[in-house]
Amino acid sequence: MFTPVMFASILPEILILVLAIILLCVEPFWKEDQRRNAGWLTAGGLFAIIIVSLLFGQPGEPVAVLGGMIRFDWLGFFFKILFMFAAAVTALLLMDHEKAGQRGEAYVLLLASLLGMNLMAVSADLVMLYLSIETASIPLYILAGFLLADDRSTEAGFKYLLFGTVTSTIMLYGFSLIFGFAGTTNIYQLSELLGTGQISTLLAFSIFALVLVGIGFKLAIVPFQFWAPDVYEGSPTPVAGFLSTASKAAGFAVIVRFFFVAFPDFAPSWTVILAALSAITMTVGNLLAISQTNIKRLIAYSSVAHAGYALIGVVAFSQLGAASVVFYLAAYIATNLLAFGVVMAFSRVTGLDDLKDYAGMSRRNPWLALMMLAAFLSLAGMPPFGGFVAKVFVFVAGVQAGYVWLVIVGILNSIIGVYYYLNAMKFVYLYRMPNEDEENHPIPLSRPYAIALVVLTIGVILVGTVFAPWFSWSDAAALNLF
Amino acid sequence: MDFLSTHLLSLILFLPTIAALVMFFLPSGETKLLRWFAFSASLIPFVLTLVLWSNFDPDKTGFQFQEIYPWYEALNSSLHLGVDGISVSMVLLTTLLTPLAILASFSVTDRVKPYMMLFLFLETGMLGVFMALDLLIFFVFWEIGLVPMYFLINQWGSANKDYASLKFMIYTMGGSLGLLLGIQMLGVLFGTYDLVALYERWNALDAGAPLLGMTVHTVKTIAFWAFTIAFAIKVPIWPFHTWLPDAHTEAPTAGSMLLAGVLLKLGAYGFLRLVLPFYPLEAKMFAGALAFLAVAAIVFGAFAAYGQTDFKRLVAYSSINHMGFVVLGIAAAAAAAGTADAHIAMNGAVLQMFNHGLSAAGMFFLVGVIYERTHTRNLEEFGGLFPLVPVYGGILIFMSMASLGLPGLNGFVSEFLVVRGAYPVLKIYTAVSMLGLLFTGAYILKGIAKVLHGPVNEHWARGEHKLTEINTREIFVVVPLMVLILVIGIWPAWILEVINKAVVALF
Amino acid sequence: MNFPILSVITFLPFVGAAIMLMVPADRKTEVRGIALATAIIDLLLSAWLYVQYLLGGMTGYQFIETYNWLPALGISLKFGVDGMSAPLVLLTGIVMFTGVLISWGVYDEAHHISAGIQDRPREFFAFLFLLAGGVFGVFVSLDLFMLFFFYEIAVFPMYLLIAIWGWVKTREYAAMKLTLYLFIGSVVALVGALVMYWAQYQNTGVLSFDMLLMEKANFSAAFQYAWFLPVFFGFAVLGGIWPFHNWSPDGHVAAPTAVSMFHAGVLMKLGAFAALRVGVMLLPEGAKQWAWLIMIFAAVAVVYGAYIAFVQPDLKYMIGFSSVSHMGLVMLGISTLNYNGLLGAGIQMFSHGVMTALFFAITGMIYDRSHTRQIPELGGMAKIMPFAAIGFIVGGLVSMGMPGFSGFVAEFPIFMGVWGRQWFVAVVASISIIITAAYIMRNIRKVFFSPLPEKLAEHHLTDITILDKIAITTLCLFMIGIGIFPSMMVPMISKGVENILRLLGGA
Repeated sequence: MFTPVMFASILPEILILVLAIILLCVEPFWKEDQRRNAGWLTAGGLFAIIIVSLLFGQPGEPVAVLGGMIRFDWLGFFFKILFMFAAAVTALLLMDHEKAGQRGEAYVLLLASLLGMNLMAVSADLVMLYLSIETASIPLYILAGFLLADDRSTEAGFKYLLFGTVTSTIMLYGFSLIFGFAGTTNIYQLSELLGTGQISTLLAFSIFALVLVGIGFKLAIVPFQFWAPDVYEGSPTPVAGFLSTASKAAGFAVIVRFFFVAFPDFAPSWTVILAALSAITMTVGNLLAISQTNIKRLIAYSSVAHAGYALIGVVAFSQLGAASVVFYLAAYIATNLLAFGVVMAFSRVTGLDDLKDYAGMSRRNPWLALMMLAAFLSLAGMPPFGGFVAKVFVFVAGVQAGYVWLVIVGILNSIIGVYYYLNAMKFVYLYRMPNEDEENHPIPLSRPYAIALVVLTIGVILVGTVFAPWFSWSDAAALNLF
Repeated sequence: MDFLSTHLLSLILFLPTIAALVMFFLPSGETKLLRWFAFSASLIPFVLTLVLWSNFDPDKTGFQFQEIYPWYEALNSSLHLGVDGISVSMVLLTTLLTPLAILASFSVTDRVKPYMMLFLFLETGMLGVFMALDLLIFFVFWEIGLVPMYFLINQWGSANKDYASLKFMIYTMGGSLGLLLGIQMLGVLFGTYDLVALYERWNALDAGAPLLGMTVHTVKTIAFWAFTIAFAIKVPIWPFHTWLPDAHTEAPTAGSMLLAGVLLKLGAYGFLRLVLPFYPLEAKMFAGALAFLAVAAIVFGAFAAYGQTDFKRLVAYSSINHMGFVVLGIAAAAAAAGTADAHIAMNGAVLQMFNHGLSAAGMFFLVGVIYERTHTRNLEEFGGLFPLVPVYGGILIFMSMASLGLPGLNGFVSEFLVVRGAYPVLKIYTAVSMLGLLFTGAYILKGIAKVLHGPVNEHWARGEHKLTEINTREIFVVVPLMVLILVIGIWPAWILEVINKAVVALF
Repeated sequence: MNFPILSVITFLPFVGAAIMLMVPADRKTEVRGIALATAIIDLLLSAWLYVQYLLGGMTGYQFIETYNWLPALGISLKFGVDGMSAPLVLLTGIVMFTGVLISWGVYDEAHHISAGIQDRPREFFAFLFLLAGGVFGVFVSLDLFMLFFFYEIAVFPMYLLIAIWGWVKTREYAAMKLTLYLFIGSVVALVGALVMYWAQYQNTGVLSFDMLLMEKANFSAAFQYAWFLPVFFGFAVLGGIWPFHNWSPDGHVAAPTAVSMFHAGVLMKLGAFAALRVGVMLLPEGAKQWAWLIMIFAAVAVVYGAYIAFVQPDLKYMIGFSSVSHMGLVMLGISTLNYNGLLGAGIQMFSHGVMTALFFAITGMIYDRSHTRQIPELGGMAKIMPFAAIGFIVGGLVSMGMPGFSGFVAEFPIFMGVWGRQWFVAVVASISIIITAAYIMRNIRKVFFSPLPEKLAEHHLTDITILDKIAITTLCLFMIGIGIFPSMMVPMISKGVENILRLLGGA
């Protein structure tokens, strides 16, 4: 029963597993000061896996494999590539983390979580979905609390754990309701079994609500965003970066597949809910971001807001909408990782995370400043960076679906965004270090950072300028939903 | 010669500008070179004007020496030049006075290069107004002339120059606003700015048809006043005259010469070229009002001149007084349009423009001569200078008499014609204006008396303040003026012939 | 015509910026050299483009390049210029070139000079060129998506340029205010654009951002009425339309010299141009419906801007508000929706661009030396920098709409256009001419010709550099050239206008 298609469908996961095992085997033999090489291994391995997957693991027509557990299609594949890319970059960024970089477990946990996310993107069955969500989450609970000596990290780990388990339990309850009414856990069969008329709207609403709690936690959309700033601030920065990008994108992978495939008939209901959530999320995230003085918290709130923008594409409930969400996430992952990377590179040298500490940064390292500029402008939605195009596509989809009001809310929000992103850049470019000559305080970049940041910057610019290939992939992915 | 005869006007018009641009590249230190260059450059247009004058055929109606070059095709405006009897005499006046003014300003030592350049630009600006047969071009030159004059007053003027120059600029620009709007309206209505075409079409306008939501008559009345006020400020007619004494008084001598000699004529010329042909009915209707203003200018100008203690201010007010006659002539011509009286009045008005150009330029120059030597213009500080500077005194008396209108000199001829033409149609106004003429005599005699007669002011008689006689260069400036004054006074026919033909053809 | 000249012009600044960023930070001269070389090439290319279009007798969109960028959504990189945009491309080239020249950076401790950009020139020029590239992109884009793309690129470097190199006192506030205003405007317009995009799809089944196709999208009248306002005013914010103008003067004042030049010279045109191209040309019915509103706003801007400029003691605020007034004229021209008005608006965009670039350049030169921009504290600059004085005067004359300079060629048809719509507005708006004349003349006199204040005399001010002079000369030549020979530009813009009128249905 084991066909080449099956193999291809989980080829990346197999390879990730292999990589993790290699890592586990090799790492104990390295000396303490060599262990950061695990980062090279992880990143290199993941890039290799991406290439191998692109060469040999491309999906054809969407098929259900492994007994219907997994849907092998472009949607999942594209997300997987994104996750692996994010993980590879995270590994690079992790290498020079003072406390976590030398510990092989960190990389293994990262890979484990990645494995879970990959499966989230392709799950076609509720059980599989739940398992993969847990697989992705549990390593992240650990990673968030990885710095045992650091109270804030411990707090972050605990907070994340508590929120995560509570919400996933609630989601599980939703899943059980679905199973109870439909008699199947296969997402692709739900749409027929749970068409309009079979279950009451009220019930459908409650199911959406319960499931949304779980996924909303992953997405960190309002009102499930409380954990995000504390966790981002407390956990090791690369982990925060990973949480805010790949983990969030995985949530979107689920939400797109789950809602689009399983509940097309109820689209009018859940799009309204999601539209409201989207508007609230954007607004709350941005408003809270304005007053932040800690750069990690600032990015945390801004990433809350970004989930809101991406939701516009989901709300549109169209092929274009789905494509725009996928595209948005691609651009967002690159951008936000870049932002976190810059923050890490800075705090690794200075140990500081507050906005005011960034004063004079452009004189201390002009390149780093430029990359931060690219990241923040992209987040703000300015061309020629990815954020602009991504936002426009989402808005295009929103307008197409008739959600002009939501697009206007999004636009008003991006204005707020421009304000605080530029405000942050003001510290970097405009202000000077108090009573110091910046020349004497350079910020050197270690090689992994340099590689990661340059790759990300190029990525952000490429997504923002030559957007046709990315979009056509996103579009191909979206096509699989309909 | 062929090229010359077909491009005569544009050569006269643009040679000064070209000369000015050449001057830009001359070394600024070589003041002597700059002066002579500017002077000789300004002589060429004068010579060409003589050629123009001699080739001008007064018997032909319409405009002569016409040239058309495309300029602003999108608006149907072209550089259309041409002269008739009225404008050719004004061109002659301009090209004559400019070299004299430049010669008069050889005593300027401060920043000679820009000074001379501005004069040459000014000449182009003034000539352009007289030659333009395109409304837009007319306006272009009308405004351009302001700029060099502004800077001449502002940079080389005397104590109160800032105030005076700004006032001059703002008044004139403010006045030309109405003109601008009126021109635009004409342009929008007819899609062309060519004067010849506009003359016909504007007057052929169906009086009943609504225009801009109003009757044609209302529109024309508004436009008439817009034009009239613009020109009235330039002339200037009381009560729009207040910029003039300031500007004249503060301007450098040569600036005052051109200001009084030519610039004021622009306003009067505007009346002749634009207001009367465009608005014959309105002009006739409002001729009384115009005549009232003219008489007010004559009388109040004379009174005001009499009250001055500043010699230059006195001369400045005299300009208002004299230009009043021009306007009176115009008003009379408007009131009696088409009759012989109108022609006589109009002849007088045009000749008065020419004459005043000569005498006012001369007077301002003479004031300048004495100011350069004494550094005061206060009449009270002069007195009894005749014995000290007999030649100057003689010239001053001659000029004053011309200004006063002594028979045998030019002023008499033109003022007589104006009054003769105006009397049948505007009896009371003319009568009152004659009273004004009385005061003209009074203030001029007062001026002469204060400067030349009375006890000798010892201050100027000896020592470092000893007054020196008028020098050769200055005599060269004033002699051409005196000759013309005398010639016109004795034998005005040569110029009246030219003017008359144009006047008869036009009105 | 296979050479992709438009792409080269547009992307060259980006390439230049990238190369500059590669140069080590301490090699300032090399960075400046690269900047200048890039700017010169771009200027030459845009001039070549302009001349080709003008002399080649081209009409409609030319030099079209199309690259499919995202066929799925109908996004293509489509470049092309018509008579409206080609002059603006040239303008951008000019401002870029002169902007580099005057930002060159001169440091002379002995004479207290620190002119141009001393601090991090590499970043400065790189950001400036990003801005320039964005501007070029907007002017040549025929694809609505790409237009927005470049539009935003043109906006954000402003923030950095102002915040980093701006005037210490207000730069943070001004930079943020400016960026937010512009961003709000552009995203509001973006919503409108997206709605148009889908409406087109519904009407015609064409999924494309190509503006040439959108022209044929048959938007319903109700649709146009509703969406014209956000689209037009979204862009017009950048054009400084009243009452959304007040980011503009603050931005001008805070910005470093070259950025002010770009800001007033080019960026404000960007707003007006995009409002015209997207608002008026794609939603003609909406434009007709709302023209009255734009006309009112524009007329208010014209007069109000001039008045505020009149009372400003800060030289840069004065110029900033005068820009509001002049851009009001552009909007006024657009609002007429007739041939003359649009023609004038097109010329005014160019004319005002060159003029304010010149103003800000000279203001920068003065500030760099005297360290003050307060008009009451300045004086006597003509003696120190005579060349700058001439430049400022020329700029002033353009600003006043003096004939013979480009300002007149632009303003005249605008007023004519307004006459064609609503004569009352023309009369009201013309008041600004006189106010402008007043403050320009007053300030020229005070800043350049009044005696040098003692406080400044201590500074041992020095003349401007040869680079500054080249910049001033370049800018002046364009203003005078177009003023004297309108046919240098008018035929071209008139072709662009014809195209707009075609879309408006021959109105």
